[in-house]
Amino acid sequence: MKDQLEYLKRQVQMNRMSRRAFLGRVSALGVGAAMANTMLATSLRAQTPQKGGTIRVGIQGGASSDSLDPALATNATATSVLRLWGEPLLELDPQGGLEAKVAESYEASDDAKIWRFKIRDGITFSNGKDVTAEDVLATMERHSGEDTKSGALGIMRGIKSMSVEGNTFIVELDQPNADLPYLMTDYHLIIQPNGGKDDPTAAIGTGPYVLQTVDMGVRFVATKRDDYWGDLGHADTIEFTVINDDTARMAALQSGQVDMVNRVPPRTANLVGRAPNIDIRTTSGPGHYVFIMHCNTAPFDNYDLRMALKYAINREEMVEKILFGYGSVGNDTPINSSYPLYTPLEQRSYDPDKAKHHYKKSGHEGSILLRTSDNSFPGAPDAAALFQQSASAAGINIDIKREPNDGYWSEVWNAKPFCTSYWGGRPTQDAMFSTAYLSTADWNDTRFFNDRFDELLFKARAELDEQKRKEMYAEMSMLVHDKGGLILPMFNDFVDGVSDRVAGWEDAKVGFELNNFYAPMKMWVAA
Amino acid sequence: MGLVGKLLAQRIALGLLLLFLVSILIFVGTQILPGDVAQSVLGQSATPEALANLRAEMGLDQPAITRYFAWLGGVLTGDLGTALTSGQDIATSIAGRLANTLFLAFWAALISVPLAIFLGLLAVRYRDRWPDKLISAVTLASISIPEFLIGYLLMYFIGVKLGWAPSVATIYDSMSLGEKLQAIALPVAVLTLVVLAHMMRMTRAAILNVMQSAYVETAELKGLSMFKIIWRHAFPNSIAPIVNVVMLNLAYLVVGVVVVEVVFTYPGMGQYLVDHVSKRDVPVVQACGLIFAAVYIGLNMVADIVSILANPRLRHPK
Repeated sequence: MKDQLEYLKRQVQMNRMSRRAFLGRVSALGVGAAMANTMLATSLRAQTPQKGGTIRVGIQGGASSDSLDPALATNATATSVLRLWGEPLLELDPQGGLEAKVAESYEASDDAKIWRFKIRDGITFSNGKDVTAEDVLATMERHSGEDTKSGALGIMRGIKSMSVEGNTFIVELDQPNADLPYLMTDYHLIIQPNGGKDDPTAAIGTGPYVLQTVDMGVRFVATKRDDYWGDLGHADTIEFTVINDDTARMAALQSGQVDMVNRVPPRTANLVGRAPNIDIRTTSGPGHYVFIMHCNTAPFDNYDLRMALKYAINREEMVEKILFGYGSVGNDTPINSSYPLYTPLEQRSYDPDKAKHHYKKSGHEGSILLRTSDNSFPGAPDAAALFQQSASAAGINIDIKREPNDGYWSEVWNAKPFCTSYWGGRPTQDAMFSTAYLSTADWNDTRFFNDRFDELLFKARAELDEQKRKEMYAEMSMLVHDKGGLILPMFNDFVDGVSDRVAGWEDAKVGFELNNFYAPMKMWVAA
Repeated sequence: MGLVGKLLAQRIALGLLLLFLVSILIFVGTQILPGDVAQSVLGQSATPEALANLRAEMGLDQPAITRYFAWLGGVLTGDLGTALTSGQDIATSIAGRLANTLFLAFWAALISVPLAIFLGLLAVRYRDRWPDKLISAVTLASISIPEFLIGYLLMYFIGVKLGWAPSVATIYDSMSLGEKLQAIALPVAVLTLVVLAHMMRMTRAAILNVMQSAYVETAELKGLSMFKIIWRHAFPNSIAPIVNVVMLNLAYLVVGVVVVEVVFTYPGMGQYLVDHVSKRDVPVVQACGLIFAAVYIGLNMVADIVSILANPRLRHPK
């Protein structure tokens, strides 16, 4: 009955059902008239943003060793705290387009080599100072300098020079890049006064909130700024409590100590969502779980062996048993429908006969060593075991080696020839491909060296005609799909939990969990 | 008294020596962990340039022995250094965390120690009758269940289902004492359940041991009440083993509560240590390790000293 009531309430909110019809349908479910009227009133109130109150977020992924410096942000907690007090030039909108933040508008030269960002007029930092193009320049310099520790350094590399002209920030690139505006949405690139060169951890920015309490890895409290330029942020106060333990986080949501949580474990999501006051929200994004082979290391340098393994994995089974249905089937390319220029390829599926055929052709004998660890993705050791079973049906022997979580990213990933890993995805195809599939990329974790692919990547970057770009990206996806060392069984959904004390959830196609971490500001206190 | 003073001095000197050896062990241990701090700070998103820059800045290019003695010198002058990951002063960050851990341990001890001793006395008084058996069964059951499971069970039934106490025990400075006590109700309950059995069983056994002796029989023949005999005659003579086990459990309350802190997201030392171990923040790990070791050695020393003072035979070794 809960589901039906929810459905009816939503119908009213979306103006698909009249007040009279609502009362009639609800009383048919056995709800008294007085109660039905109250429900109608609350559901109508819920649809218009309410100002004030406190939104409390239980968030996974913070540690007491974190820093407030945007350059060093790596986890969910650090990123969502950044969102409160700071803004980048541009931000992804929920549908995958771009939203203007510190930059009011932007334009490219015809060859997409020079980009001009006009800084929004009359906006101020939380310390009262006006935002200038010089501040933007200084920010970008801090993230691209020789001695920077910024996680955004990789995407800043293609920049030849940067300059300021009045209230315009100008970027000149080595190579044309039609996607530069998307790169500016990187969460590290928060605009700070003088680029944060004086004090990178001061947490002074242009965002809608100001941090009041900072206790790393424990708790953050922020209050709304009166002089924020935009209309983001409904609650007076936003409170983050870091709750890394899954069970504790779910208990906090169920007992009403927090209003929303990120990363509901897929295993228990159905159970948690059964509570009357809690909604489970899923967002399909570009994040994916992978098995990666080094294309230049024996035995994975053999095309047929790679194909054998690609046919020996049961993708549907993985989505069902590892993601518990909270995800979608992968197709050995990192690109899915959350990318703006996506073209579907023919789906590769589990085929023991083809796997056998390719395996025989490869001439490989003996077993194949697959390394995995708990932190390479949730359920990775189980996924490895499933792979081992489905492959043995095709006569391929896989040995599983369980590596420790500690040091996995330095000793195993991007170092050993066959292991499990994950990618969070990127906002554009160009960003994803240049991060991990370009021959010269630092994180070319499949050791994929393909001249045609590299050539297409640079050509597509310079191409402003969308149709042509789309075709090029389709061909590149095909190259990775056929020739690459990537086995991509599944794209994982983000699973969040939201209580009915808050309203205004917006479905998103891109970004991170909790509506790209904007949910605490986009939602409001309803009850 | 001179002999006692000498014994005490010996104990303290031994403790300090032990602490020094522990510091070497901690240092060596942190050196052989796989991966380094720069890699862990930057995570999967580390580029070789960013790594090299961060390593140089953190002084990780210096030899290990130089780093060890530089750090030891700092500790002796009260300077624990700065955290490699966040750049914060370790002494100030640890002070707050240590205060939280001690706060939790204090309230858990305040409830569990008297309760354990009282239950122990009660068990002796009603030896082999149903109160004794009930106390033993309940405390043994609670010590046999892993503490995280007790935590989850209490969280589910008391926190979520009944709503009597908050399931998240995060405390902060702006809370009043009452609010803090409410927040830590569940972790204190778990810790009490975990340490109760050990202390209660030891109290019971120690007192029962004394109860066999002739002077208790005399007291009985004098016509004293059973409880008075236990409290006035048996308990003082069994204080040494009881203090020992109480101290061991107090030490556990300070250094062993990592799991409980993580389950209830309590901002204490354990959580702080775990975060920094996973980031390879060596100075913080060393500082935490040293403090834990000092607490452990210190409390055991107190137990030793109390036993020596309480037992004349130990004061005059033959």
